[in-house]
Amino acid sequence: MSSVALAGNVASAAARRARSEDRTAWLLAAPAIVLLLLFVLLPVAAVIFLGFTDFELGYGKFRFVGFENYAHLLNDRTFRRSLWNTSVYTAVVAPVSIVLGLGVALLIEGEGRARGFFRTVYFLPVASLIVAMATVWQYIFHPTIGPLNALLSLVGVPGPNWLGASNTVLYSLSIIGIWQSVGFNMVLFLAGLTAIPRELYAAAHVDGAKSALDRFFLVTWPMLGPTTLFVVTISITNAVKVFETVKMLTDGGPNKASEVLLFTIYQEGFVYLRVGYASAMTVVFLAILVVLMLLQYRVLDRRVHYT
Amino acid sequence: MSALSLRGLKKSFGGNAILNGVSLDVEAGEFIALVGPSGCGKSTLLRILAGLDNADSGEILVGGKDISSVAAADRNIAMVFQSYALYPHLTAGQNIAVPLAMKRLSRSQRLPLVGSLLPGQREIRTGIARDVREMAGLLKIDHLLDRKPGQMSGGQRQRVALARAMVRQPSIFLMDEPLSNLDANLRVHARGEIVELHRRAGVPTLYVTHDQAEALSMADRVAVMIGGNLLQLAAPEVIYNDPAHVEVARFVGQPRINIIQAQAENGRVGFEGIRLALLEKVANGPVSLGIRPEFVKLSPSGRSGLAGRIERLEFLGSEVIAHCRLDTSGYSVVAKLAPHEARDLIAGMKVGVVLTPEQAMVFGPEGKRLRIADMAGARQEPAYV
Amino acid sequence: MTSIPAGRIIRFALLSFGALMILAPYIFMISTAGKTQSDIFTSSLALIPQHFYFAENFAKAFAKVPMATLLWNGVIVCGLIFFFQVVVAIPCAYAMANLKFRAARLMMVLVMLGLLVPIHATALPLYVAFDRMSLLNSYTSLVAPFTISVFAIFMFLQFFRAMPDDLLHAARLDGMSELGIVARVIVPNAWPAVTAFAIFSVVAHWNDLYWPLIVVSKQAYATPPLGLMYFRAAEAGDDYGALMAATLIITLPLVAAFLLAQKRFVEGITMTGLKG
Repeated sequence: MSSVALAGNVASAAARRARSEDRTAWLLAAPAIVLLLLFVLLPVAAVIFLGFTDFELGYGKFRFVGFENYAHLLNDRTFRRSLWNTSVYTAVVAPVSIVLGLGVALLIEGEGRARGFFRTVYFLPVASLIVAMATVWQYIFHPTIGPLNALLSLVGVPGPNWLGASNTVLYSLSIIGIWQSVGFNMVLFLAGLTAIPRELYAAAHVDGAKSALDRFFLVTWPMLGPTTLFVVTISITNAVKVFETVKMLTDGGPNKASEVLLFTIYQEGFVYLRVGYASAMTVVFLAILVVLMLLQYRVLDRRVHYT
Repeated sequence: MSALSLRGLKKSFGGNAILNGVSLDVEAGEFIALVGPSGCGKSTLLRILAGLDNADSGEILVGGKDISSVAAADRNIAMVFQSYALYPHLTAGQNIAVPLAMKRLSRSQRLPLVGSLLPGQREIRTGIARDVREMAGLLKIDHLLDRKPGQMSGGQRQRVALARAMVRQPSIFLMDEPLSNLDANLRVHARGEIVELHRRAGVPTLYVTHDQAEALSMADRVAVMIGGNLLQLAAPEVIYNDPAHVEVARFVGQPRINIIQAQAENGRVGFEGIRLALLEKVANGPVSLGIRPEFVKLSPSGRSGLAGRIERLEFLGSEVIAHCRLDTSGYSVVAKLAPHEARDLIAGMKVGVVLTPEQAMVFGPEGKRLRIADMAGARQEPAYV
Repeated sequence: MTSIPAGRIIRFALLSFGALMILAPYIFMISTAGKTQSDIFTSSLALIPQHFYFAENFAKAFAKVPMATLLWNGVIVCGLIFFFQVVVAIPCAYAMANLKFRAARLMMVLVMLGLLVPIHATALPLYVAFDRMSLLNSYTSLVAPFTISVFAIFMFLQFFRAMPDDLLHAARLDGMSELGIVARVIVPNAWPAVTAFAIFSVVAHWNDLYWPLIVVSKQAYATPPLGLMYFRAAEAGDDYGALMAATLIITLPLVAAFLLAQKRFVEGITMTGLKG
């Protein structure tokens, strides 16, 4: 008799605790949820909505234009150039900075005493103001007074107009991009390398993996899987989001040769104030990011985790 | 000519001597257990043998040939690691195949996609697969070949590690505490399996462990290493009954041997009524007297033996361990008794502690074992009253 | 596994060559900051200036660039952003990790979605909204959008999941309320994660050009990147000496912080990276 009552009490006490825990959790998460709504979800919804309008800042009224913006995008030469440039930039910067990052990490890992020094040096660009260093690079790339062309002229090679000629500007920007990201990738790879259990290398030695290359393919590369995936993801998304260097150094020129996605969006939305059109571009930009993420996680993630 | 010979191996790390000139021989087909407390250098010795580390001085001879300068990959020595060191990204079958692939396929043939297109490698790969399956059958892990290490239990992983080591038919087998990560029941079972496998394969094996029971039960000969020195290399019974050094006597045997400080005077050792004459000369001074717990008897009436008191009794089922303290000297002495011998004993009671002098061992001031000449004038009756 | 001297030399040489490539911009920056205009035009490869013009260039830079304002703005903005990010993220992550509440899974999905959306995607409507509310050119508009850092939630979530439950059970047995647990048990223990995140957040927002460019047009509210851009525009790009001096001044704070707290920096990036 009393045990049943007791059981009932225990059950309702448990239910009360669960409810109060539930309430506390909501309380704790509330600010985050509200802010997430305000600054992420609503704006994304707004961008998608605006993409279907011809809203321009300064003009009061606007109307629905359906997919007209997107149709216009398909034929917009600047936008298409922008897509192309961003792709080229990403295709150059991402692989090179990943490979170099891995290479430097491998070299530093094997290095004994000067490790800390090299790690600091290679990481310096990450800790420096991008905008400031871009300016320095502008000086280095200067066709007449820049040290790069001066160096080239010493060996008799006429240096191009790095940032001023349409056929070289994208590659010059790529050089800056690589310079900025090698250190970041290196640090990530170093962390991944130090996480590899030493005994695996011992086992590899005993199993007959004589050269460093053998051991790299047998142990290092497979064990770096998750790290590599992360580095690839970060590098590609960062490359696609290039903006500061273009804004500071080239303004998309010469002749749209360095026009990149974010810069185009910025121009359309905040300079020409064609918010509706720029929103459509933003949707495309977001879609590209999402597709890239999905691709990488679908394709690589399964192959990369071993537990 | 021994299958494996170590001569005077020395190794120091930053001023600390890890190996102090270790020499031993392993004969063909022999199973030698290398045992000692943690930090005594046994793992270092194994790594040097495998080629993962270099000794500061000394030689390693396999079949008479010095391999000290040969790279680990070329030594044809297989090693099973304490943590098994299986490649997490490969299946069990692929793990076992690695040493064969390294040996039989050239670098280009091993490349993931391109390699499978090159000529000649198809037969090699079939051969490898066949050898892997055979080895898996031997170790009863055929059903696990497609699983990755993360999907297997500790015991299964251990067998895969064994298979990987055995599949290449090495000339020497090294095992670094391969059972210490298994739980107790599994460990006892695995011991038997390893001994059986060794008998079948007949490869000379050096097996490192810190568990003295494991060493005694598995090996043809036991090498006891303490503090970087090889103190004794002999058959298990000899190690147990006839230790060459007090540290060997201390390390082997459960519960530990009782060590009592005694005095040597004019070639005789005395302790509270026990007198032993030594065969060897030793300077007057302190020596150690050792007697194993199974040779300590207790007399409840107190009429025989040294006066003492039982501090604690441990009932272990098939035996009883009595921790006693001698009244006069204050030494604590442990006795191992059969249950019927401990029937009337309770903790706290006074007893007579009988140290059977015939079973006593004497160790000199440096720890070396000293031979006893005769049972001169032992004033204790060994009987239990 | 003994190292062959030849291999070591090659490795060292390669690393040094690479290091030189990395350091080159800094070397030129410092060297040019000390050159006169004529020096810059004549001898671009000479690292030591003919006439030491450091003082003059720096004076010019300081005169044209309101360093104090810029640094102050940078500190305020990054500080406020970091503060709010942590205050918002830690309780939320704690709730998601330890308390049973029904929306936890929904939150996870939202967090993952949030990771995909950078400020660049949400900038347009936010700008319009801030404009309508006359909040442009203010600390509010600079700080508000970043107060929710999904990355912070994600990172602290991983951290809390890894924390031993027994710590919390002991606190509950001692009678602490959930809020009390957060304040008195969680926060002190979360310190390493917080500092790691601090570094990540400060570096990211100190460097941000896009958003400040959008919401700020007055010098008074300029953050360091913006300030440098104004200086560039004003200079019309010819006095490279003063320009390099300005970049040197602006870059110095973060670099100095980095050199002093290197290990923390690297830990910070690694931690956020590995957990991400």
